[in-house]
This record gives sequence, structure tokens and C-alpha cells, in this order.
Amino acid sequence: MNLQPRTLLPAAALPHYRLGAMDVLPWIAAIVAFFAFDTYLSLGAQILVMVIFGLSLDLALGFAGINTLGHAAFFGVGAYAAGYWNLHVSPEPLGGLLAGGMAAGVVGLLSGWLLLRTHGLALLMLTMVVTVLLHEVANAWGSVTGGADGLSGVMPDPLFGVFQFDLFGKTAYLYALGVLFLVFLVVRTVVNSPFGLSLRGIRENTRRMHLVGASVHLRLVAAYALSAFLAGIAGGLGAQITRTVSLDRLTFQLSGDILIMLIIGGVGRLYGAFIGIPLYMLMLDRAAEVNPFHWMFFVGLALILLVRFAPGGLMALDERRRRAAQEGTQ
Amino acid sequence: MNYAMNYALETRGLCKRFGAIEVTKSVDLKIEHGARHALIGPNGAGKTTLVNLCTGMFKPSSGAILLNGSDITSVSAQRRVGGGLVRTFQINTLFNGLTVAENLAIPVAQRLGRSWKPWGRSSGDAAVAADVVRLMDELNLLALASKKIADLAYGQRRLVEIAIAMALEPKVLLLDEPAAGIPNGESGMILDLLERLPDAMSIVFIEHDMNLVFRFARRISVLVEGAVLIEGSVDEIRKDQRVRDVYLGRRHHD
Repeated sequence: MNLQPRTLLPAAALPHYRLGAMDVLPWIAAIVAFFAFDTYLSLGAQILVMVIFGLSLDLALGFAGINTLGHAAFFGVGAYAAGYWNLHVSPEPLGGLLAGGMAAGVVGLLSGWLLLRTHGLALLMLTMVVTVLLHEVANAWGSVTGGADGLSGVMPDPLFGVFQFDLFGKTAYLYALGVLFLVFLVVRTVVNSPFGLSLRGIRENTRRMHLVGASVHLRLVAAYALSAFLAGIAGGLGAQITRTVSLDRLTFQLSGDILIMLIIGGVGRLYGAFIGIPLYMLMLDRAAEVNPFHWMFFVGLALILLVRFAPGGLMALDERRRRAAQEGTQ
Repeated sequence: MNYAMNYALETRGLCKRFGAIEVTKSVDLKIEHGARHALIGPNGAGKTTLVNLCTGMFKPSSGAILLNGSDITSVSAQRRVGGGLVRTFQINTLFNGLTVAENLAIPVAQRLGRSWKPWGRSSGDAAVAADVVRLMDELNLLALASKKIADLAYGQRRLVEIAIAMALEPKVLLLDEPAAGIPNGESGMILDLLERLPDAMSIVFIEHDMNLVFRFARRISVLVEGAVLIEGSVDEIRKDQRVRDVYLGRRHHD
């Protein structure tokens, strides 16, 4: 028997995120926005930071199926670590970013090792508790975190020693865009890989995964730690761009917000964060401007409509359309 | 190694209690190398519990389990798979959101030790892809390679259930009602599959479809109320009056 896997296995049998023309879109949109809305670059940079954060959550929640309500823990730890690094170790931005990621990664590794034997609601509660605990630590440990005042005066050196962080946020925006691109490549590579497939296996059926002989707990911890590392990078980036770190980076509120934003875009679809997060943040920004008193009403209304008409997130709409088109051709 | 001295799978005085209920009562099971061994018995006889004990999903209350002569009683379920002990489930336990090919790529990558690689693609790994194709070809699943499990017919899912176990190339395979839910007339599909399993593989299977049992099994153990009532060849079991009474018996004798 001489079977040629290449010809016998259609591409859709072992699907992966292949790069196509559509993949250029978000990056073109980001660059167009850079030139077209140059007065909104600080909002733009914050959106990019949140997209990185959302991507990191998608790796844990969407691909490994880890239900978490505590992802802000890693964002916050990354922010504090990068802020502290900037103030007391070195103002060089890339080192600070790495420090933020590493600190969050270590917290992810330790908390993941302890928590990831639970699942469902218990895991939801425990991940939330980790955020609350870290929030209290940050509040109490004033000498390092600045307590309730947070850290201020974070002033990163010019990027690569060349590009000053300017008042209009041009450098910050492009810096965030560059980091997002790298994080995207990492997440895309991991979810496409055999390790990524095993994570999806755990998400789809943990019991069978055990009985395929896979080390489920170790894999979940590894995915969680990587996700925490990337969330820490996002947090550190946020600290460098806004030049401050405050306690609200370590809140349940932020964990919930990022979850909602990702769900709007679509969980486990790689591009969910790219769609849901800018949409939600721009919607918040606009709604607050149009009606400063009742803006949350409009946000709520939009969310209800979204859940009604796009239950799997906006990315699911595209998937449904493609599926319908495929069935049409068969 | 002297294979005459040990069994592919053996249980010694295996007991399992849930509270006051004893569901497995001192079971001594001896599965020879290359066995085709059926476990039969009425509903609630403790057949699935026995499989759960052997594969490490339950901890026995007492007794020992030996895989190829070595004691695995306290080895984790996951490590038992690495030792060559693999099971299937009575109720399909599949990766429903993934394609048929992915369902098989997971165990193949696991067996080949490639499942930790965080880069590259599953489809790009020639060894994994070749094995997935070979398995699907054997089971006539090639045309369904890109279908998600959720889109398959029940019988096809049943094939994938067994294919995942085959992908691990076990030494001992425990099949929990492989033909469960398949209409009696169509169980030939499952029989075809079973008959193509390698001779060296030791197979233990629970089955209610007696056609399948009598055609495929070489030895049969009859479980009743958690204990082995009788063990013997197919002919012995067929003729045994007690088995007729307890299990096959539609007529009652005085």
C-alpha cells in the first residue's frame, strides 16, 4: 500500500490558519488608522494593547478551553513588573516588556499548577480569587507598587535608542502594533502546531485526552503560563504607553471586560480579539461622547443584539457564511 | 521473556465497593496474549466497572491488576495507556468539534511522541499524516476526513471511537460494547473492523450482540452480579446450563 498523505488528505482535514489575502486586512486597517486618525493615536494604542490581551485570553479560553475570570491578574502583574523595572532597573522599553511578561508567566505557571486540576465553575471562582488576592497584595505592598496611588512617572527610553515616545503617541502606536504582530505570530504558530491540536483535544474532550495517554494537566499549565506571559506583555506595554500603573489593572472588572470583548469577536477563532476589542472600545468611546449620561444603555443594547444575532461572536457569522457557500457548491 | 508465565492482562481478587454496594466481587481475570475475550452478562453485572478498574478510571477497593506481568494497580490512567492498555467507550467519547482526521491525529501524534511540538503543523508532519491516512483508509473513513464528528452519522462515529484506540496501537484493547446503538443487522461493519485488528493485539470486549460474541470471541467470561460465574471457550459457554439460565435463558427450567 502506497498512500500519499498529501494528495489523500484534503487541507480541511487537518485544518490550520493559513495566511491568505484576508490576513493583511487588520494590519492595513491599523496602518490606515495611524494616518487617518492621528489625533486618536493614544486610544488606538490602548486598543492594540487590549487586542494583545484578548489574544492571550483566546489562547487559554478559546483553544485550551480554560474557563477563566482572572486574566487581569496577569495583565496587572505584567504592568506592575514593567513599571517597576522602568523606575528601578532600566528605562529601556523592550527589557521592561520582557520583565512584565516573565513575571506574569511565573504567576501563571504557579497558579496554573495549583488551579488547573479544577474546572467549570470552581475554576472560574478560583481564577477570580487569584486576581482579588493580587489586587490586595498590590494595594498593601506600597513600597513596590505604590499602593492605592499606583506607579507614576514611568518613562521608557527611546525605542531601540532611536524613537522617542512622543506627545502624540505615534511611537507608542507603532510600538504596540509591532508587539501585537509578534504576539499574533506566536499564538498562530502555537495553535497550528501539534501541541495546539492537543490543546483543542483537551477543550473538546478532557476525559478522552487522558485516555489517549496525554498529560492533560501539564499541557494546560504550559498553555496557561504562555497565555499569562503574553497577557503580561500586554500589561507591560500598557504601563509603558500610559506611563502609569494603577490598581484598576488588577480587577475583576477588567477580567470581565476582556472576556466580553473577546466573546463579541468570537472565542477560539484567532481573529476574534481583532474584531471584538476595537469594536467594543470604539463603541464605548463613541457612546460616552454622544450621550454622557446614558451611554451604558446603548452599550447594553448593542450587546443584546450581538448575542441574539451572532451567538458565537462576529467571527462565527463569517464562518456560517463560508459554510453556506461551501454547501452551495457541493 | 517467557510469555507462558504471564498474561497480557490479569486481575487478582479485584474488588470494588461503592459504599455498601459491592459491584466487583473478587474477580480473577486472565487475558492471554492475542486473546479475543468477551465479557458478557446481564445489565448491571459490573462489566463496565471492570473496564474502568482495569484502565484506572476507578481505584479498586482491593486486589491487583497486572499488565503483561507487572503490577499497574497504582499507575495512573494516563500512564497505563503508555503501557499499551487502551479502551473505547460504550457512549462515544470523541473530540466532537474537530474533524475525523484531527480525531486520529491526536492519538497518532501522542503515540509518535510529537504532541508537544509547539510549532509546525500536524498536517506537515509526514509520519503523523501518513498514519492518519492509513487508519482512515482501513476504516473507509477517507471520504469523511474533513467532516466534523458532529456532522457524522452514528455508525461512523462508532468507527471513529474504535479508530482512536487503534491509532494508539495498543497491546491490550478493551472495547466497551463496540456495537452499542448499532442495529443488529448492521453490526457486520463492526465485526469487519474487529477481524482486521492485528493478531498480536489482545482484545477484551463487552458486547450484548450475541452474534458478534459467538463469531469473534474465542473465550468468554460471564459476569453476574459483580462476580465471574463461569469462564470458558465459546462452545463451553454456549452449552452451559447456568449461562442459559442467567443470561441467555428465555426458558425457565425446574
